[in-house]
Amino acid sequence: MRPFDYIRATDPTDAAERTSAPGAMAIAGGTNLIDLMKLQVETPDTLVDVGRLDMGSIEEAGDGLRIGALVTNTATAVHPKVRADYPVLARAILAGATQQLRNKATTAGNLCQRTRCTYFTNIDQPCNKRAPGSGCGAMGGVARLHAILGTSDQCIATYPGDMAVAMAALDAHVHIQGGRGGDRQVPVREFHRLPGETPWQDNVLESGEIITAVTLPLPVKGKQIYRKVRERSSYAFALVSIAAIVAMDGGRIARADLAFGGLAHKPWHDPRLADLLVGEAPSPALFEKAADVLLDEADARGGSEFKIPLARRTLTAVLTEATETRT
Amino acid sequence: MTAHLKQDGPVDRAHLDGMQQGLLGKAVPRIEGYAKVTGTATYAAEYDVADPAEGVLVTATITKGKVTYIDNDAALAMPGVLAVIADARMTTRPAQGTAGEAPEQEPQSVSYWGQPIAVVVAETFEEARNAAKHLVVAYEADADVDLDPAAAQPEPQDGQAVEMGDLTAAMDAATHSVDLTIETDGHASAAMEPHAAIADWDGDNLTVRASLQMLNYNIAELADALGVEEDNVRLISRYVGGGFGSKLGISEEVVAAALAARQLGRPVRVVMSRQQVFQCIMRRSETHQRLQLACDAEGRLTAFGHHARVSNLPGESFAEPVLQSSHFLYGAENRSLGMDLVRIHRMTAGSVRAPGEAVGMPALEMAMDELAEKAGIDPVAFRLRNIPGENPEEDLPFTSHTLADCLRQGAEAFGWDDGPRRPRMRREGDWWIGTGMASAARVHNVSEAKARVRLTAEGRAVVQTDMTDLGTGTYTILAQIAGEMLGLPIDRVTVELGDTNHPRGPGSGGSWGAASIGSAVYLACKALREEIARRANTGEAELGLKDGAVAGGRTLVDLLGGEALEEVGHYEPGDNQDAWTASGFGAFFAQVRVNHWTGEARVDRMLGAFGFGRVLNEKTARSQCLGGITWSIGAALTEALHFDPRDGHLANPDLAEYHVPVHRDVQDVEVLMLEERDPLASAIQAKGIGELGMCGGAGAIANAVYNACGARLRELPMTPDRILAALPE
Repeated sequence: MRPFDYIRATDPTDAAERTSAPGAMAIAGGTNLIDLMKLQVETPDTLVDVGRLDMGSIEEAGDGLRIGALVTNTATAVHPKVRADYPVLARAILAGATQQLRNKATTAGNLCQRTRCTYFTNIDQPCNKRAPGSGCGAMGGVARLHAILGTSDQCIATYPGDMAVAMAALDAHVHIQGGRGGDRQVPVREFHRLPGETPWQDNVLESGEIITAVTLPLPVKGKQIYRKVRERSSYAFALVSIAAIVAMDGGRIARADLAFGGLAHKPWHDPRLADLLVGEAPSPALFEKAADVLLDEADARGGSEFKIPLARRTLTAVLTEATETRT
Repeated sequence: MTAHLKQDGPVDRAHLDGMQQGLLGKAVPRIEGYAKVTGTATYAAEYDVADPAEGVLVTATITKGKVTYIDNDAALAMPGVLAVIADARMTTRPAQGTAGEAPEQEPQSVSYWGQPIAVVVAETFEEARNAAKHLVVAYEADADVDLDPAAAQPEPQDGQAVEMGDLTAAMDAATHSVDLTIETDGHASAAMEPHAAIADWDGDNLTVRASLQMLNYNIAELADALGVEEDNVRLISRYVGGGFGSKLGISEEVVAAALAARQLGRPVRVVMSRQQVFQCIMRRSETHQRLQLACDAEGRLTAFGHHARVSNLPGESFAEPVLQSSHFLYGAENRSLGMDLVRIHRMTAGSVRAPGEAVGMPALEMAMDELAEKAGIDPVAFRLRNIPGENPEEDLPFTSHTLADCLRQGAEAFGWDDGPRRPRMRREGDWWIGTGMASAARVHNVSEAKARVRLTAEGRAVVQTDMTDLGTGTYTILAQIAGEMLGLPIDRVTVELGDTNHPRGPGSGGSWGAASIGSAVYLACKALREEIARRANTGEAELGLKDGAVAGGRTLVDLLGGEALEEVGHYEPGDNQDAWTASGFGAFFAQVRVNHWTGEARVDRMLGAFGFGRVLNEKTARSQCLGGITWSIGAALTEALHFDPRDGHLANPDLAEYHVPVHRDVQDVEVLMLEERDPLASAIQAKGIGELGMCGGAGAIANAVYNACGARLRELPMTPDRILAALPE
C-alpha cells in the first residue's frame, strides 16, 4: 500500500471539491477500495472520507423512494418499504457479497465498485482498464467469467455488482452533486459505461462529482424476481443474473422490465426486450425470441462461451416463473 | 528414561481399554479452544518479539529465466526500507513433505511465474510492501516453457506401475465394461492462516516462529538451507491456522526471514499475502485419469485399469499419488495401473489434503457407478461384491477392513433406496433431485514419534513434543490419552506442542499424527504407570488409577513423595508396515439437486460412514470428517485452480475467486463413526482420520448429479458450464 493522506469531508460540496484534486479518491465503506489499495491497483495520494456525511437515510420522496448514498446495503435490503415495494432490490443486495461486507458497503460505493477481472487486480499483468495501453490480459487468458455483450477490443471485463442490476430494472436514478455541470440526475441504466476505447472509465462520474442518492420510481405492479446464477450458493459473483419486473394483464405481458448482470461492463438493459414481450402471451417460443434479441450480438472471447446458452436458459426460467399464473 | 516400541505385530487391545478415567474417546472440547476464540492463542506472525523489521517477498513476473538486475538503490531510497535481499540461499519453492533437506534455492533462477526472487525489509509492513511492489527487476526470459500438461513429454513412474494378467483381453471378453477419461482441476490448500515467520538470532543461535506442520523435518530443511547445524536452530509453531499440506515443508518466507534477520542483526517478520500463499506454495496437480473396468454377468470385477497423468515442476520428485488406494480397494485378476509425470512450469505441485485419493478415488468411484449401471446392479451391492479378502496385488492381509460395514450401515442410515435406478426420477420445480454413493479409502501410515510425559510432584501431567496442532485437536487428544493412562482429569494435564526443544514427534500430515504421537504418549504413560505400580506394590494392570487416586485408597501425590517422574515414549513403525495393508475405509452417500435451466448443482445432504480404528475424541474426530466432507463438496462442485495458458500464472489466487464451499453449500451433513480397535495400526489401535473424509466424496456427488439430471460429467469440479454441456436434452 502506498502512503496516502487521509482527510474527512465536511459536507458534499467539500467532498466534491477535495475529490477533484489530482490523486484524490472518495472512500465510504472501503470494501472494494481498500482491497485494491493493498494490491496497488489503486494508489491514491489522498483519501477523502465521505463516510460521515449526512447521506445515510432512506426517505419517501414524492416520486418514490430516496436512498442516500451512504445507506449501507444491509440497511437498504431490510428497509420495510424496500422489502414491500421493491423486493427485487432487496433480493439483489442479499444475493451479493457477505453479511459483513453488506454491513459496510454503501449505495454509492456499490455503484462505483470496480471489476473483479483478475487481470485488472494483478498489477503484474496487462490491463487496459488499470494501465491504459498495456493490453488486455483476459483476452486469450482465463476469461470464463467475462463479458459477452458490449465488449470492445480493449476490455472484456464485467461490472460485478447485483444491486445496480435491480436498480437498472427499476429504472432508478443516480443523483450527482458538484462538478462543472452542477447537480444532475443520471438513470442507473446510463450510469455505467461500456468499455469502448476508454475502458478505464467505469461510469459517467466526472472528477469532483459526488453521488448523493439513488431514487426509485413509484412502486409498480407485477412480479419481481432476482435470479443470480453462481458457482457456489453465496459469496460468488454472478455468472448471469437477471432482475425482472413482469406484470400480466388478461393473459398477456403488460410490463417486462429486465436487466442483466454478469454479461457486460454495465448492468445490461436492452429496451428491445420490453418492446418484444409487452402485449404478447407468454410462451416458450416467445422467450426464445427474447433470448435471440438479447444475445444477437453476443461475443465470447475465451472461456465465457457457456454464458450464451446459460443466459438464454436463465432468461427462459425467469420469464416462465414471472409469467406463471397460479391456479 | 525412554519407553520404546517398534511395532512388529499386534498390540494388546485390552490394555488401554482397561483404564478407569473414562476420558479417552469422549467428546471433550478442545482444550486450547478458549485461547483461540479469545484471540490469545499466538499464531506465527503474532508473537511479541522485540522490534522486528518487516519483510515482504518480491515475486517473479516471468515464467522461466534469470533475474539479471535488481534496482536496490531505488528501493533503499524509499521511506523506511532497510534492505533488499536476494541471497542465493533463499528458497524458491516450498519443501515437499518429509523432505528433511532444503528445497530449490538460488532465487535469481526463475522456474514459475510468481516465484520469490528477493525480500524487501523495512521498518513497517506497509513500507516493505510498497517497496516490494515498486522494485524494478530486469530479467532474461527463457521462451522455451512447457505450460500445457497435455502437451508435455510424460515420464513414467515405474514405482507405481502394476501389470497382472491381461487387461485388454479381459476388457474385450467381459460382459460389461467401461473405459473412460476423467479430468480433475488443480486444488489449493487454502488454509486460513497465511504463511508467516519471525526469525530472531542470538549469536549463532536462530529461533524462528513459523506456521509449520512438521517441525521434526522442518528444522533439518531450514538448517540445510542456511548451512548451519540443527543444534543452532529452534522452531516454534504452537498454533497453526490450518495447513492441509501447505505447511508440511518450510516455505519461502521462513528462510527469507532467517537470512534477513542475520543480515540486519534484528528480528525480521515475513508474512505472505494471500495471493503469495496461492502462487508460491503447493498446488495439487490437475489429473488426467483413464479408468478401464470390466465385470462378469454377476458383477464381479474381472479387469481393473487405472492410469493417471499428473504434473510438477522440473526437479520435483513428487507426483500426486492418484493410484494409492486403487491398488487394493477392489479385487480383479487382470490389472493394469500406471502413472505418468509431466514437467510444466506452474508452481510446485505437492501434498494437498489427501494427496492421491482426494482425486483418484472420486474418478474410480465415478467409473464404478457407470459399470454398476451397465451391469444393472445397485451401486452399493456392486461394491460389496468386489471387496477383496486381501490386497489383490501384494498378497498382504488387511490389518482390519470396515468397507462392507460402512457401506451397509451408511446405506441404512442414509435411507438408501436400493430399487431400480435411472436418472431424472424426481423433480421439484426447476430442480432435479438425485442420490449417489461412493466408497472411501485412505492408506493408513504411522511415523516415528517421541513425546515426554512428566508427572509433577503435585500430581499434574505435562506432555511435551514438537508435534503440531493444525486445529485438528492434537492438544486435546494427547491430554485425553495422558489423563486416561495416568488417572487424571483433563484439567490436570498440560500439553506443550510445537517447539523443537521438545522431543521430536511425527509432524502433522498424511493423517498419521494422532496415531503416531498418541502411541508415544501412551508408551511414556505406560512406563510411568509401571513406576507408580512399583511404588504401590501392585501390578500395573491393577493400579486402578482414577482422579489422582490408586485402588486401595492411596493417592498419586503420596506415591510420588515430592518427586517428579518423567518418561519419554518412543514409537516406531516396524514390520507391521510391510506385512499388512492398512487403510481407513468408509462410504459416502449424497443427495443433490441440479437446476434444469442453469446447471447449478447443490448438495442437499450427505452422509459419511467411516471406520478408522479407535476414536480418540468423538467431537474432534467428527469435525475431521465434517471437514473432509466439506472438501469433498468443494472438489465436486467449485474448487479449481485456473492457470493462464500463456505464462502459467495462477489467475484465481485468492479466496474470492478460488471457490471453497461457503456455509450455505454445506447443508445437512451426517457422520457415522464405526469404531473399532485395530491392534496392528498403532499402539493405541487408532488409524489416520484427517483425510479419509474427502477420499471419494466428490465421486458420490458426481454420481448423484447423474442420477438427478442424467449428466455424466467427465471433469471435476462440476461447475454450471460443465453440467450444462453434459445435460441431455
